[in-house]
Amino acid sequence: MLFSAFSLLSAGLFVALDAVDVAFTEAAVGAGISTILALATLALTGARQEAGTHHKVAPLIVVIITGSVLIYASIDIPPVGDSQAPSHLHVAPRYLNQSMKEVGIPNVVTSVLASYRGYDTLGEVTVILTAGIGVLALLGGRRRKKERTKSGDKEE
Amino acid sequence: MSNLGLYNYWIVITLMMIGFYTVMASHNLVKTLIGLNIFQTSVFMLYISFGKIANGTAPILSESHTLYANPLPHVLILTAIVVGVATTALGLALVVRIKDAFGAVDEETITLEEEKEE
Repeated sequence: MLFSAFSLLSAGLFVALDAVDVAFTEAAVGAGISTILALATLALTGARQEAGTHHKVAPLIVVIITGSVLIYASIDIPPVGDSQAPSHLHVAPRYLNQSMKEVGIPNVVTSVLASYRGYDTLGEVTVILTAGIGVLALLGGRRRKKERTKSGDKEE
Repeated sequence: MSNLGLYNYWIVITLMMIGFYTVMASHNLVKTLIGLNIFQTSVFMLYISFGKIANGTAPILSESHTLYANPLPHVLILTAIVVGVATTALGLALVVRIKDAFGAVDEETITLEEEKEE
Protein backbone atom coordinates (compact mmCIF):
# COMPACT_ATOMS: atom_id res chain seq x y z
CA MET A 1 0.00 0.00 0.00
CA LEU A 2 2.78 2.36 0.96
CA PHE A 3 4.52 1.38 -2.26
CA SER A 4 1.44 2.40 -4.23
CA ALA A 5 1.28 5.74 -2.43
CA PHE A 6 4.97 6.28 -3.22
CA SER A 7 4.29 5.64 -6.89
CA LEU A 8 1.37 8.03 -6.91
CA LEU A 9 3.45 10.73 -5.19
CA SER A 10 6.21 10.33 -7.74
CA ALA A 11 3.59 10.68 -10.47
CA GLY A 12 2.61 13.99 -8.86
CA LEU A 13 6.26 15.05 -8.90
CA PHE A 14 6.46 14.24 -12.62
CA VAL A 15 3.48 16.53 -13.26
CA ALA A 16 5.25 19.29 -11.35
CA LEU A 17 8.32 18.75 -13.55
CA ASP A 18 6.25 19.11 -16.76
CA ALA A 19 6.36 15.42 -17.66
CA VAL A 20 2.65 14.69 -17.97
CA ASP A 21 3.03 11.59 -20.15
CA VAL A 22 5.48 10.05 -17.72
CA ALA A 23 3.10 10.87 -14.86
CA PHE A 24 0.24 9.06 -16.60
CA THR A 25 2.35 5.99 -17.13
CA GLU A 26 3.74 6.01 -13.61
CA ALA A 27 0.26 6.39 -12.08
CA ALA A 28 -1.20 3.60 -14.21
CA VAL A 29 1.70 1.19 -14.37
CA GLY A 30 3.68 1.99 -11.23
CA ALA A 31 0.84 2.64 -8.80
CA GLY A 32 -1.54 0.17 -10.44
CA ILE A 33 0.09 -2.88 -11.98
CA SER A 34 3.23 -3.01 -9.81
CA THR A 35 1.18 -2.84 -6.63
CA ILE A 36 -1.18 -5.58 -7.80
CA LEU A 37 1.82 -7.75 -8.67
CA ALA A 38 3.48 -7.11 -5.30
CA LEU A 39 0.26 -7.80 -3.38
CA ALA A 40 -0.36 -10.97 -5.40
CA THR A 41 3.14 -12.20 -4.61
CA LEU A 42 2.67 -11.43 -0.93
CA ALA A 43 -0.62 -13.33 -1.00
CA LEU A 44 1.13 -16.33 -2.57
CA THR A 45 4.24 -16.28 -0.40
CA GLY A 46 2.83 -15.14 2.93
CA ALA A 47 3.53 -11.82 4.55
CA ARG A 48 5.36 -13.13 7.60
CA GLN A 49 9.00 -12.26 7.82
CA GLU A 50 11.57 -14.04 9.87
CA ALA A 51 13.54 -11.80 12.17
CA GLY A 52 17.16 -11.30 11.24
CA THR A 53 19.21 -8.49 12.67
CA HIS A 54 22.78 -8.87 11.46
CA HIS A 55 24.40 -7.63 8.23
CA LYS A 56 22.92 -4.17 8.79
CA VAL A 57 26.06 -2.14 9.50
CA ALA A 58 28.13 -2.98 6.42
CA PRO A 59 25.36 -2.01 3.93
CA LEU A 60 24.79 1.21 5.87
CA ILE A 61 28.48 2.15 5.53
CA VAL A 62 28.48 1.34 1.80
CA VAL A 63 25.29 3.38 1.35
CA ILE A 64 26.67 6.39 3.22
CA ILE A 65 29.92 6.35 1.23
CA THR A 66 28.11 5.97 -2.12
CA GLY A 67 25.62 8.68 -1.16
CA SER A 68 28.36 11.16 -0.25
CA VAL A 69 30.23 10.48 -3.48
CA LEU A 70 27.03 11.02 -5.46
CA ILE A 71 26.23 14.26 -3.64
CA TYR A 72 29.79 15.44 -4.34
CA ALA A 73 29.25 14.58 -8.01
CA SER A 74 25.87 16.37 -8.09
CA ILE A 75 27.60 19.70 -7.47
CA ASP A 76 28.85 19.61 -11.07
CA ILE A 77 25.40 18.99 -12.58
CA PRO A 78 23.66 22.07 -13.99
CA PRO A 79 20.84 23.12 -11.59
CA VAL A 80 17.29 21.91 -12.25
CA GLY A 81 15.47 24.15 -14.73
CA ASP A 82 18.60 25.58 -16.34
CA SER A 83 17.63 26.15 -19.99
CA GLN A 84 21.30 26.27 -21.05
CA ALA A 85 22.16 22.82 -19.71
CA PRO A 86 23.98 20.69 -22.32
CA SER A 87 21.14 18.17 -22.46
CA HIS A 88 18.77 20.82 -23.86
CA LEU A 89 21.05 22.06 -26.62
CA HIS A 90 21.51 19.10 -28.96
CA VAL A 91 18.67 16.99 -30.29
CA ALA A 92 15.79 18.34 -28.17
CA PRO A 93 15.38 21.69 -30.00
CA ARG A 94 15.22 19.83 -33.29
CA TYR A 95 12.40 17.62 -31.99
CA LEU A 96 10.54 20.67 -30.67
CA ASN A 97 10.94 22.71 -33.86
CA GLN A 98 10.58 20.08 -36.58
CA SER A 99 8.27 17.39 -35.22
CA MET A 100 5.08 19.31 -36.04
CA LYS A 101 6.17 19.56 -39.68
CA GLU A 102 7.58 16.03 -39.92
CA VAL A 103 5.16 13.99 -37.81
CA GLY A 104 2.18 16.27 -37.32
CA ILE A 105 1.33 15.45 -33.69
CA PRO A 106 1.32 18.34 -31.21
CA ASN A 107 2.51 16.10 -28.38
CA VAL A 108 6.27 15.92 -28.92
CA VAL A 109 6.69 12.99 -26.53
CA THR A 110 4.34 10.89 -28.64
CA SER A 111 6.02 11.79 -31.90
CA VAL A 112 9.50 11.05 -30.53
CA LEU A 113 8.30 7.79 -28.98
CA ALA A 114 6.45 6.51 -32.02
CA SER A 115 8.43 8.01 -34.87
CA TYR A 116 11.98 9.21 -34.17
CA ARG A 117 12.73 6.50 -31.63
CA GLY A 118 10.30 3.89 -32.90
CA TYR A 119 12.95 1.18 -32.64
CA ASP A 120 13.21 1.83 -28.89
CA THR A 121 9.50 1.19 -28.56
CA LEU A 122 9.81 -1.96 -30.65
CA GLY A 123 12.59 -3.12 -28.33
CA GLU A 124 10.43 -2.28 -25.33
CA VAL A 125 7.59 -4.40 -26.68
CA THR A 126 10.08 -7.23 -27.22
CA VAL A 127 11.18 -6.95 -23.58
CA ILE A 128 7.58 -7.07 -22.37
CA LEU A 129 6.87 -10.10 -24.57
CA THR A 130 9.97 -11.87 -23.26
CA ALA A 131 9.05 -11.04 -19.66
CA GLY A 132 5.50 -12.27 -20.25
CA ILE A 133 6.78 -15.54 -21.70
CA GLY A 134 9.17 -15.83 -18.76
CA VAL A 135 6.41 -15.30 -16.18
CA LEU A 136 4.18 -17.81 -17.94
CA ALA A 137 7.01 -20.34 -18.13
CA LEU A 138 7.75 -19.89 -14.41
CA LEU A 139 4.19 -19.90 -13.10
CA GLY A 140 2.58 -22.14 -15.73
CA GLY A 141 4.71 -25.07 -14.60
CA ARG A 142 3.66 -24.32 -11.04
CA ARG A 143 -0.01 -24.77 -11.83
CA ARG A 144 0.68 -28.02 -13.66
CA LYS A 145 2.65 -29.34 -10.70
CA LYS A 146 -0.23 -28.47 -8.36
CA GLU A 147 -2.72 -30.22 -10.63
CA ARG A 148 -0.47 -33.24 -10.73
CA THR A 149 -0.23 -33.41 -6.94
CA LYS A 150 -4.00 -32.96 -6.70
CA SER A 151 -4.68 -35.82 -9.13
CA GLY A 152 -2.05 -37.86 -7.32
CA ASP A 153 -3.94 -37.32 -4.08
CA LYS A 154 -7.13 -38.54 -5.70
CA GLU A 155 -5.43 -41.69 -6.95
CA GLU A 156 -4.17 -42.45 -3.51
CA MET B 1 10.01 26.31 -9.33
CA SER B 2 12.96 28.14 -10.82
CA ASN B 3 14.98 28.00 -7.62
CA LEU B 4 15.03 24.24 -7.24
CA GLY B 5 18.77 24.22 -7.74
CA LEU B 6 20.32 20.96 -6.73
CA TYR B 7 17.65 19.93 -4.18
CA ASN B 8 16.03 17.55 -6.65
CA TYR B 9 19.30 15.71 -7.15
CA TRP B 10 19.83 15.37 -3.41
CA ILE B 11 16.34 13.97 -2.90
CA VAL B 12 16.97 11.59 -5.79
CA ILE B 13 20.24 10.49 -4.20
CA THR B 14 18.54 9.98 -0.81
CA LEU B 15 15.83 7.83 -2.39
CA MET B 16 18.43 5.96 -4.40
CA MET B 17 20.39 5.16 -1.26
CA ILE B 18 17.21 4.03 0.58
CA GLY B 19 16.55 1.62 -2.28
CA PHE B 20 20.19 0.50 -2.36
CA TYR B 21 20.19 -0.15 1.39
CA THR B 22 16.95 -2.15 1.14
CA VAL B 23 18.42 -4.29 -1.65
CA MET B 24 21.55 -5.05 0.35
CA ALA B 25 20.21 -5.32 3.89
CA SER B 26 16.89 -7.13 3.61
CA HIS B 27 16.81 -10.92 3.50
CA ASN B 28 13.22 -11.04 2.31
CA LEU B 29 13.25 -11.35 -1.48
CA VAL B 30 9.99 -9.38 -1.91
CA LYS B 31 11.50 -6.52 0.07
CA THR B 32 14.64 -6.67 -2.07
CA LEU B 33 12.50 -6.25 -5.18
CA ILE B 34 10.64 -3.32 -3.62
CA GLY B 35 14.02 -1.72 -2.81
CA LEU B 36 15.01 -2.23 -6.44
CA ASN B 37 11.81 -0.49 -7.48
CA ILE B 38 12.51 2.49 -5.22
CA PHE B 39 15.99 2.74 -6.74
CA GLN B 40 14.43 2.59 -10.20
CA THR B 41 11.93 5.36 -9.46
CA SER B 42 14.74 7.57 -8.17
CA VAL B 43 16.53 7.14 -11.51
CA PHE B 44 13.31 8.12 -13.29
CA MET B 45 13.12 11.26 -11.14
CA LEU B 46 16.75 12.07 -11.97
CA TYR B 47 16.08 11.94 -15.71
CA ILE B 48 12.86 13.94 -15.47
CA SER B 49 14.76 16.56 -13.43
CA PHE B 50 17.28 16.80 -16.28
CA GLY B 51 14.42 17.49 -18.69
CA LYS B 52 12.87 20.32 -16.66
CA ILE B 53 13.28 23.87 -17.94
CA ALA B 54 12.34 26.74 -15.64
CA ASN B 55 9.10 28.48 -16.72
CA GLY B 56 8.64 25.91 -19.47
CA THR B 57 5.54 23.80 -20.00
CA ALA B 58 4.86 20.20 -20.89
CA PRO B 59 6.18 19.40 -24.40
CA ILE B 60 2.81 19.63 -26.15
CA LEU B 61 3.07 22.19 -28.91
CA SER B 62 0.64 25.09 -28.80
CA GLU B 63 0.65 28.66 -30.00
CA SER B 64 0.49 30.22 -26.54
CA HIS B 65 3.78 28.73 -25.34
CA THR B 66 7.31 28.88 -26.67
CA LEU B 67 9.36 27.22 -23.92
CA TYR B 68 8.94 23.49 -23.41
CA ALA B 69 10.54 20.85 -21.23
CA ASN B 70 12.99 18.54 -22.97
CA PRO B 71 10.90 15.70 -24.44
CA LEU B 72 13.74 13.21 -24.84
CA PRO B 73 14.13 12.19 -21.15
CA HIS B 74 10.35 11.78 -20.97
CA VAL B 75 10.42 9.31 -23.84
CA LEU B 76 13.32 7.37 -22.35
CA ILE B 77 11.62 7.15 -18.96
CA LEU B 78 8.29 6.11 -20.45
CA THR B 79 10.11 3.16 -21.97
CA ALA B 80 12.01 2.53 -18.74
CA ILE B 81 8.85 2.48 -16.57
CA VAL B 82 7.24 -0.17 -18.72
CA VAL B 83 10.42 -2.25 -18.92
CA GLY B 84 10.78 -1.84 -15.15
CA VAL B 85 7.35 -3.32 -14.55
CA ALA B 86 8.21 -6.21 -16.87
CA THR B 87 11.37 -6.99 -14.89
CA THR B 88 9.51 -6.60 -11.58
CA ALA B 89 6.89 -9.06 -12.77
CA LEU B 90 9.59 -11.54 -13.76
CA GLY B 91 11.37 -11.09 -10.42
CA LEU B 92 8.16 -11.59 -8.45
CA ALA B 93 7.37 -14.70 -10.50
CA LEU B 94 10.82 -16.03 -9.58
CA VAL B 95 10.06 -15.31 -5.90
CA VAL B 96 6.83 -17.30 -6.15
CA ARG B 97 8.75 -20.21 -7.68
CA ILE B 98 11.43 -19.98 -4.99
CA LYS B 99 8.70 -20.09 -2.35
CA ASP B 100 7.36 -23.26 -3.98
CA ALA B 101 10.75 -24.91 -4.21
CA PHE B 102 12.17 -23.99 -0.80
CA GLY B 103 9.10 -23.03 1.23
CA ALA B 104 10.60 -19.64 2.09
CA VAL B 105 11.30 -16.20 0.65
CA ASP B 106 14.07 -15.49 3.14
CA GLU B 107 17.63 -15.63 1.81
CA GLU B 108 19.08 -17.31 4.87
CA THR B 109 16.38 -19.96 5.12
CA ILE B 110 16.92 -20.70 1.42
CA THR B 111 20.68 -21.08 1.96
CA LEU B 112 20.01 -23.47 4.87
CA GLU B 113 17.62 -25.49 2.72
CA GLU B 114 20.20 -25.71 -0.05
CA GLU B 115 22.86 -26.94 2.38
CA LYS B 116 20.44 -29.54 3.72
CA GLU B 117 19.80 -30.82 0.22
CA GLU B 118 23.50 -31.16 -0.46
